[in-house]
Amino acid sequence: MQPVKYQRATTVAEAVRLLQEGGEYARPLAGGTDVIVQARERRREIDYFVDIKHIPELMHVRHDANGVTIGAAVPCYLIYGDAEIVKTWPALADATHVIGGTAIQGRASLGGNLCNSSPAADSIPAMIALGAVAHIVGPKGERDVPVAEFCTSPGRNVLGVGEFVTAIRFAKPEPGSGAAWQRFIPRNEMDIAVVNAGVYLRLDRNTVRDARVAIGAVAPTPLVVPEAAQALVGKALSDQTIAAAGDAAKAAARPIDDMRGSVKQRRHLSKVLTERMIRRAAERARGQG
Amino acid sequence: MVSTEQPKQYRVIGSRPIRHDGVDKVTGRAEYGADVRHEGMLFGAVLRSPHAHARIKRIDASKAEALPGVKAVVTSADFPGAEEGDLDLGEGRANPRWLLDNLLASDKALYHGHAVAAVAATDQHTAEDALALIQVDYEVLPAVIDVREAMLDTAPILHPELRTAIRARGVEKPADKPTNLASHLRLEKGDLDKGFAEADVIIEREYETAMFHQGYIEPQNATAFWNRDGEVTVWTSTQGAFSVREQVATICQVPVTRVKVVPMEIGGGFGGKIGIYLEPVAALLSRKSGRPVKLWMTREAVFQATGPTSATYSRVKIGAKRDGTITAAHAYLAYEAGAYPGSPVGAGAQCAFAPYNIPNQVVDGLDVVVNGPKTAAYRAPGAPAAEYAVEAVLNELAEQLEMDPMELRLKNASKEGTTNAAGQPWPRIGAVEVMEAVKNHPHYTSELTGEDVGRGVAMGFWFNGGMESSSSATVNADGKVSLILGSTDIGGTRASLAMQLAETLGITSDDVKPHVVDTDSVGFTAVTGGSRTTFAGGWAAYELGVQIRDRMRERAARIWETAVDKVEYRDDGTIAGPDGKQLSFQELAGKLSATGGMIAVSATVRMNTPGPAYAGHIVDVKVDRDTGKVEILRYTAVQDVGTAIHPSYVEGQIQGGVAQGIGMALTEEYFYDDEGRLRNASFLDYRMPVANDLPMIETVLVEVPNPGHPYGVRGVGEVPIVPPQPAIQQAVYDAIGVRFYKTPMSPRVILEELLPE
Ligand SMILES: Cc1cc2nc3c(=O)[nH]c(=O)nc-3n(C[C@H](O)[C@H](O)[C@H](O)COP(=O)(O)OP(=O)(O)OC[C@H]3O[C@@H](n4cnc5c(N)ncnc54)[C@H](O)[C@@H]3O)c2cc1C
Repeated sequence: MQPVKYQRATTVAEAVRLLQEGGEYARPLAGGTDVIVQARERRREIDYFVDIKHIPELMHVRHDANGVTIGAAVPCYLIYGDAEIVKTWPALADATHVIGGTAIQGRASLGGNLCNSSPAADSIPAMIALGAVAHIVGPKGERDVPVAEFCTSPGRNVLGVGEFVTAIRFAKPEPGSGAAWQRFIPRNEMDIAVVNAGVYLRLDRNTVRDARVAIGAVAPTPLVVPEAAQALVGKALSDQTIAAAGDAAKAAARPIDDMRGSVKQRRHLSKVLTERMIRRAAERARGQG
Repeated sequence: MVSTEQPKQYRVIGSRPIRHDGVDKVTGRAEYGADVRHEGMLFGAVLRSPHAHARIKRIDASKAEALPGVKAVVTSADFPGAEEGDLDLGEGRANPRWLLDNLLASDKALYHGHAVAAVAATDQHTAEDALALIQVDYEVLPAVIDVREAMLDTAPILHPELRTAIRARGVEKPADKPTNLASHLRLEKGDLDKGFAEADVIIEREYETAMFHQGYIEPQNATAFWNRDGEVTVWTSTQGAFSVREQVATICQVPVTRVKVVPMEIGGGFGGKIGIYLEPVAALLSRKSGRPVKLWMTREAVFQATGPTSATYSRVKIGAKRDGTITAAHAYLAYEAGAYPGSPVGAGAQCAFAPYNIPNQVVDGLDVVVNGPKTAAYRAPGAPAAEYAVEAVLNELAEQLEMDPMELRLKNASKEGTTNAAGQPWPRIGAVEVMEAVKNHPHYTSELTGEDVGRGVAMGFWFNGGMESSSSATVNADGKVSLILGSTDIGGTRASLAMQLAETLGITSDDVKPHVVDTDSVGFTAVTGGSRTTFAGGWAAYELGVQIRDRMRERAARIWETAVDKVEYRDDGTIAGPDGKQLSFQELAGKLSATGGMIAVSATVRMNTPGPAYAGHIVDVKVDRDTGKVEILRYTAVQDVGTAIHPSYVEGQIQGGVAQGIGMALTEEYFYDDEGRLRNASFLDYRMPVANDLPMIETVLVEVPNPGHPYGVRGVGEVPIVPPQPAIQQAVYDAIGVRFYKTPMSPRVILEELLPE
């Protein structure tokens, strides 16, 4: 590890100023579970950490009539430990509950998972399925970017110099809807997703009115699969429609072969997980899961 | 516990006291290599080859040496050189010339991660920065990773001077030209052709196993101080302080007496901490800088350059009569040695058919160098791969013969007096007892229901080691006994040795205080390996106890003014004389100082009567056909443990071995890319099972005491890693009807087999 500067910001404005001063090699520091490891192993050039955990709004979960705003640096355990989130957005609990282990979950944040922008990041497909929006603040002001459009390539995203994510916003799900997330890993814990998938469904009796499908670890960024959603919307949920959506996910996957998984395996798992998550989301939509 | 022989009544043995080192370990006070700190200590870092095979044309360290804070840089040119030879490391051997070349590469880097140079600096960051300033000119050479490819005529040659050593009759001597085949051994018994001619059914299969790492949690580390008077002190994490002393003395060309090795607590070894990697390098850096130097491996370096066990290719052929009698068997085993000769194929060859009485058998064992890290001992070194192949063939044979797989094994089981592959008769062994315990276990007899579920069984064998152990003990005035040990404690041996001394003296485990000490403070003791420590160290503890008993009787006789033979030492530690005179151990201890002085004794034993160990495992699995993932539903491990000194630690050893065996069967493997670079040098991508991948592993302790030990001890630590691969292979087959001939059976491998093209 090289010597690094460290500054603690206590307001959003201060963080923007420090990040802007720091320039290209400055980085926000949330839980540090990605970025400290990367700095130690010299995988990323970093000479300046701006700690954002001491900005009050970055550490708050704020519920209101229309949804929830989760501070970008809120650690996972406070997310799956929030009864309202578990009840209303269980897909988010699905994902935050498996990131790392207990120790990692005491630090790891949604903002960090999103901004690290790994193709295999676990919370991102769940957030996409839930239609989450990232709230960004920077030298030029504020803007909102849907999580689905946030990542641009492995490790890269839409943020410019001085910009950072302050919170992620989840709207209250419509009545009759449900969402679910799951990943496949060779072990049961402490592993990186071979494939992960998040699905949102809105049902009217057994007819799908709305759907979102996102899969991860199968392309340079987490992938939204509109074809899978189209295979479902307007149709009755059946083994056939579910299989068609699974096939669409498989067709959309553009994975690589590496030691974590083969192309064949990842394409097949895209289908398997999509189908499994459609079923679970449907159960939740019907109030059964 | 199943006990077969007339059980002896013990007071301490068989109980489960809290281990003596427990409080220090759970409160963080135990001192590991990482805790070593000395005045003026420097921190080191090692530069490693980015190539799997490359000629080193030039190393220029001048820029690194000029970096402020850097105090010394060393390369292989700084070593005095080494003679050809044969060092006995306890579990494995080493040729000093190769050992030296592995410490720091000389003319060639032979694997990705091979150490090339080392730096000592005032802090870790400076040392790491300095590495980047060392310029190495490499000429990259083609690499070979696979054992069979390495034997092809077209393969790149690692050591131009290497010629095949033939350790067998009837094997043709190869042409006098460079080769990667370091040796070929053959074990032969009976008449193979005749045996196969007698068979009604013959099955022949090929198997491959991946390269597996021991995965100890604590990385290798060493701190060394080379004093100006020529005395060298080394603090390190090792399975054998005396083995380190010998290796350091040989490599640094210092008399052994001038080297003191202080073994720190050890965070796991499994065989991987017998050979050395850092100690002489730290010593050399210390000599150059005049300061103590600490070297610490990163996890990446641990995976790249230490351990692992051999990846293997094997072919096994077994023939049997209709009734299940095995008439002949042949095993061809080719093991990767890594960059230097010395895979454990010899041990694998001797284990292959050990559970069975096979009249006609041949085992060929080939030791092959490849561009990978030099392999090291790993829990029953060599046995898992060889026995996996044999057990898997037996399971197929049982199916073809429509016989119960345990019935087939029982029919052919080795017993006391039947001869092994080397032609020697077995001593009292518990193979039959274990097989019967498996066959009658409720797990084995239970019905297995559900979709895609299956059951498998397999046996395992390991010799266990004997070798040399030394100990001393003093009786203190408070009636307690200090026990001085030369064996580093990996698996609870402070407790198992103290308990054997306590048993001999009729005092409690807590009355004995065990200490593991440095090489200047106790007699020569071989490594903690080969499942030998509780066996041989226990024998030394027993001898100490017998000596103390005699000395206590003498003293009582003197106090009571009677003849020694009138004084009796009772099993409960009471010393009894004529006329009802009686002293407890503690009372007499309190009188020692005033009646002639304290009692101190020492013992050195060299035992060659270890009791071989047999294990039989039963496993149920469920296979997810959509993902290829195997879930272990239930696991039962039966083992002949001789006498369980501390049953909890015996159970822990068995469970640990099973966990590692499950990793080999399902998820662990080294991934090399086409250039021979290791891609998964981390615990994230080298997938050892984690706690929630495993069910509670049930253990069944069968006790067939070893007649070659005062308390019947057999080694227990290694054999449990042997049966999991074949047992799980069979269970997967039973679940989904597909046999896999390669481990690990990872989800990807299973899924790709099940998916249509
Ligand atoms: C042992 C271990 C296990 C892990 N397991 C998993 C797993 O199962 N699944 C998984 O997806 N990940 C896993 N991770 C990776 C990591 O924990 C997650 O990605 C985590 O969510 C990162 O959050 P953080 O708060 O620690 O981020 P940090 O490390 O603090 O930051 C990550 C990156 O995002 C940037 N950043 C952080 N917050 C913001 C912000 N608000 N605005 C702009 N940029 C920001 C940082 O500058 C940095 O580049 C694991 C890591 C470890 C060490």
